[in-house]
Amino acid sequence: MTEKQTDTAQYTLVVRNMNVYYGAFRAINNVSLNIERNKITALIGPSGCGKSTVLRSLNRMNDLVNGARVEGEVLFHEQNLYANDVDAVEVRRRIGMVFQKPNPFPKSIYDNIAFGPRINGWKGTKSEMDDLVERCLRQAALWDDVKDKLKESGLALSGGQQQRLCIARALAVEPEVILMDEPCSALDPISTLKIEELMMELRQRYTIAIVTHNMQQAARASDYTAFFLMNDQRAGELVEYGPTGDLFTNPKDKRTEDYITGRFG
Amino acid sequence: MTTLNEDVKSGLPQGEASRRNIASRRRKGAIWRTIFLSATIFGLIALSLLIYNVANEVFGYVAIEYAVDPATLSDKPLDELNKDELVAVLQGNMRKNAFRTLENEKPMANRSDSEVYDLVVERVLKPQTLETWTLRDSWFNKAAIDAQVASDFPEAKLEFRSWISTSFLTTPMSSDPLRAGVRTALLGSLWMIAITILFAFPIGVGAAIYLEEYATDNRFNRIIQTNINNLAGVPSIIYGMLGLVIFVRTLEPITSGRMFGADSGNGRTIVAASLTMMLLILPIMIINGQEAIRAVPLSLRQASYGLGATKWQTIWHHVLPNALPGIFTGTILAISRAIGETAPLIVVGASTFIVTDPDGPFAKFTALPIQIYNWTSRPQPEFAHIAASAIVVLLVMLLSLNAIAVVLRNRFSKRG
Repeated sequence: MTEKQTDTAQYTLVVRNMNVYYGAFRAINNVSLNIERNKITALIGPSGCGKSTVLRSLNRMNDLVNGARVEGEVLFHEQNLYANDVDAVEVRRRIGMVFQKPNPFPKSIYDNIAFGPRINGWKGTKSEMDDLVERCLRQAALWDDVKDKLKESGLALSGGQQQRLCIARALAVEPEVILMDEPCSALDPISTLKIEELMMELRQRYTIAIVTHNMQQAARASDYTAFFLMNDQRAGELVEYGPTGDLFTNPKDKRTEDYITGRFG
Repeated sequence: MTTLNEDVKSGLPQGEASRRNIASRRRKGAIWRTIFLSATIFGLIALSLLIYNVANEVFGYVAIEYAVDPATLSDKPLDELNKDELVAVLQGNMRKNAFRTLENEKPMANRSDSEVYDLVVERVLKPQTLETWTLRDSWFNKAAIDAQVASDFPEAKLEFRSWISTSFLTTPMSSDPLRAGVRTALLGSLWMIAITILFAFPIGVGAAIYLEEYATDNRFNRIIQTNINNLAGVPSIIYGMLGLVIFVRTLEPITSGRMFGADSGNGRTIVAASLTMMLLILPIMIINGQEAIRAVPLSLRQASYGLGATKWQTIWHHVLPNALPGIFTGTILAISRAIGETAPLIVVGASTFIVTDPDGPFAKFTALPIQIYNWTSRPQPEFAHIAASAIVVLLVMLLSLNAIAVVLRNRFSKRG
């Protein structure tokens, strides 16, 4: 019990012995991982090693995949997210998500932000909503770009702006954790840099987990790094997990070293 | 063109052989292109022939014999007379008793100008068609027509007639082709389509949402899905039989309107026909609806779920608005099919001769395809002309309903 209490003081999400199956296929094999509060944790590894699967299991987005099944525990405030009495809808509000391809709703910028609060039973005046929209857009460093065109379609923005709009949208439902699934893979280097700076800002108030293919990005913009690899049965396993500086300069596992030095993967 | 490495033996053709190879591949492409072009041209020819045939029957010369020569009735041409003058003509050329009967039915003061004009034509002029010609003959063989009229019908007047006219649209059915119209059939078709949409749209969209969003992939749901796909291909007359048994006979208390205090005697009403049409188009609507829903990008659903939306909120706020243009397209297709269907209407008992306007969902009715079918099966050539005119009305109605649906679809797909 004492161990659990120390967990939750320091860690926002505690993954214990997680196995994920797609039908009969085991995609993730026995992963345990502690995600630290107010830090950025990067999940890296070659394609198909299951890092996105792990990320989606953290807010039960895998429930939406036919035949997906999760074993083990994901603890969030000492509560197992996969317990029977936990509602995935509530989980996803408190653990938000940003996707690989920017996916704003085909609505106005304002409505993109306001949608989340509205569907979650937001009660407040029009001017309070205006304030909320402004606050979220400011936090996502997008306010100055869009303050004069809040009524225009979110799809009219550039790719990088769309992705920041998606981040602002996620912030509007007041999550504690933001999961990012390769958020920069569809963006140019300048937009990527902006998103990374934004992550650094957001870290003060949120816990962030990010999947990335870009090792420089993981090295630059994360506090902890988890390296995943497929085992012989093509199931993803956690090879090494530690502070980013240590993992990149002094990897404990030979396979980690091979990967980060570009010898395979 | 020289190749990069002449000494390496390559399986690919080189030099002259390569040029010939490319030329031959281009030729193959050109042959296919010609085949596809001729397919398109074939379609265009078929369409032009259809339009030609219809137009050929809709316009043309008519030799008409009047009981009284219109010129002797008044100093001015008849259609320039005002109402009082027309009444005077009527009074002067009818027997007193007959005129009094008309006055008793509905006083002349209450009748409109065109009603009085129609009366003059019907009661005084009594036109009779002796011979009709097609548009082609009227254009190219005018001399022959004149000669024929002069020798065969010296009493008759030769008039160029458009069989489709406003009075064709506004007069009900008649056994006299000169005075018959499609008013009843047009109203019947519109009533039927309106009620069909009313039932089929919500049920079709609802079923599509259930099958696409909620139904799990199990044996039972797969059987349902397969059956819907197969039902889309069932011949329409079979739906007619089904409609006859279920809606006309079994549900007679409802479809005849008895339960709602509007008894029309039996179940052969607009509602019964509409429900039958609903059965006919539901499979098409469901399949199209499912495809439209499936086409909504997964990223949009994920974004919605990721913000803590429930399944229903995701469907209502994102899936449906984005699927709506596709759903409308499916509805257009389905309605186009329903408008033109004849067989099920014959089976469920649309009336072939009816002159009263349908006044509600429980009225007896006829529809345009029934009217066309009825007229084309008559031996007198005049009926071929009004059948062609009714076909024009049906096609115009079809195109305008489609236009409305296209406008709706574009409005919804522009939103957001």
